[in-house]
Amino acid sequence: MTALVRRVLAYAALTAMAALVLVPFAWMLSSSLKRDNEVFTVPIQWIPNELRWSNFVDIWERIPLLTYLGNSAFLSVTITVLQVLSGSFAAYGFAKVRFPGRDALFLAYIATIAVPWQAYMVPQYIMMQKADLTNTHLAIILLQAFGAFGVFLMRQYYLSIPDELCEAARIDGLSEYGIYRRIMLPLSKPALASLALLTFVNTWNDYMGPFIYLTDNDLWTVQLGLRSFIGQYDAEYAMMMTGATLSVLPILAVFLLGQRYFIQGIATSGLKG
Amino acid sequence: MAQVITRPAPAAPRTRPRGRRAWRDILVGWSFILPNFAGFLLFTIIPMLTAFALAFLKWDSYGDPEWVGLDNFARMLRDENVHVALRNTLFYAAGHIPLTLAAALGLAIALNRKLRGVPFFRTAAFFPYITSLVAVAVVWNMLFNPTAGPVNQVLEAIGVSEPPRWVASRDWAMPAVVITSVWRDMGYYMVLYLAGLQTIPKEYYEAARVDGANAWQRFWSITVPSLRPTTFFVAVMLTIQSFKVLDLIVVMTDGGPGRSTLVLAQLVYREGITEGRFGYSSAIALVLFLIVLTVTVVQFRINERRSAS
Repeated sequence: MTALVRRVLAYAALTAMAALVLVPFAWMLSSSLKRDNEVFTVPIQWIPNELRWSNFVDIWERIPLLTYLGNSAFLSVTITVLQVLSGSFAAYGFAKVRFPGRDALFLAYIATIAVPWQAYMVPQYIMMQKADLTNTHLAIILLQAFGAFGVFLMRQYYLSIPDELCEAARIDGLSEYGIYRRIMLPLSKPALASLALLTFVNTWNDYMGPFIYLTDNDLWTVQLGLRSFIGQYDAEYAMMMTGATLSVLPILAVFLLGQRYFIQGIATSGLKG
Repeated sequence: MAQVITRPAPAAPRTRPRGRRAWRDILVGWSFILPNFAGFLLFTIIPMLTAFALAFLKWDSYGDPEWVGLDNFARMLRDENVHVALRNTLFYAAGHIPLTLAAALGLAIALNRKLRGVPFFRTAAFFPYITSLVAVAVVWNMLFNPTAGPVNQVLEAIGVSEPPRWVASRDWAMPAVVITSVWRDMGYYMVLYLAGLQTIPKEYYEAARVDGANAWQRFWSITVPSLRPTTFFVAVMLTIQSFKVLDLIVVMTDGGPGRSTLVLAQLVYREGITEGRFGYSSAIALVLFLIVLTVTVVQFRINERRSAS
């Protein structure tokens, strides 16, 4: 009997906690289906009188959301692919090939974690300005695709794969590139998935990069578009929430599909991009 | 040489002549690293080193760079924006670090049990961390609405007659940002704590129970000491994250009302990118970096001392 009571109490506590964490999402979703003047009511109305699904249709006409989504998707996919390829490739060099200077070089990678990006965003900006790359997607791709994060995460994983496996493959006549492609890549699928998902979400959610570099409206990402919409129409509460909901949905989908890899990626590396 | 020191000698004797093999390894090794390293060198390491040099130059977007030694730093001492931003950043860190740490630890302990449905609760707690920042900022700004926002409605319902005006007031804007950031980040650090909790042997708790320790005593004498490495790591990460806070502030309050939420990283952005004062902004950035570095080194020292005792 006491076991049952304890279990009920545990669930009650967990539910209360989850409710507290999720309340902002509930508010967002409920407001996205209201009229503007119904958003701030006293007392709070959690379920709208009339569900205005039309908000989700109208928003596509109010702002060029399709363009924004396309830009976000383009940047996220391109950066993710480059990060995963170059990161895992370099990680193999750091984890499985022995050559002088390797460890010193890796130390240089590690040392950069301690330096916040905010400390060198201005030189990056000057560089891009001199190269005439401001207001292009290329600037953002170049700045974000070669981070140290991918190298760390993949190296960590490759170190857990026994060297004997590579040694055996070498004796069988496989080149280092062959070992990377035929043995390491297939074995490291979970780590690749973690890296891909974390990079994708980071890029999708990135605000400062696009904010600094992209001035043309048709280059904007969802985050920039939504922010500017809020700045322009600051009384269209319901529409803001509709936009916010739409900007979160792709992330929710990606997250639910690959949740396990997110958690593993964070737990093994303890770092973020 | 470094290789000789850090790596044990390979067990199998080398079959090929040493010299050729070594050269081949260097070429192969570099060929793997180069694609990433080229980008990393060009877009991270070089800007980083440049930032350091720029701090000692007077360089605006129009003129030519000119060596001015420590002038930029002297100017910072007189610049009231810097004082305000430093104070606000410290305030943010003083709120964000302990509150996020406590919330993350609390969540991890609550969710470190084998109950049906726990994975769902973990997902729920983690999700804010990967929600888009703009969505987070706009939703919380509305939750904190001073007149009809849900937060103040709840406060009034429990008897607070004059609830704070949150993002509309100079005194309460920063606490509102801190609350939002704690909500957003706690799930991430919860994952780290959950990993830490799983390394504590169950026998410890059983033994303590046999000795008659209650839940509170077990928490302080087993959980907290066993989690020290995790807590240390979390504290370091949180410190770095707190001092460089930028995007949440830019989206949520843009430093306002007035300068009440202006932070150092935002000043770097304003001076460097908006105003084009490359030298001065880099000096502020250097100070920001040195603060993060100092705090991290101090944390390392404290951790070493505690581990030794």
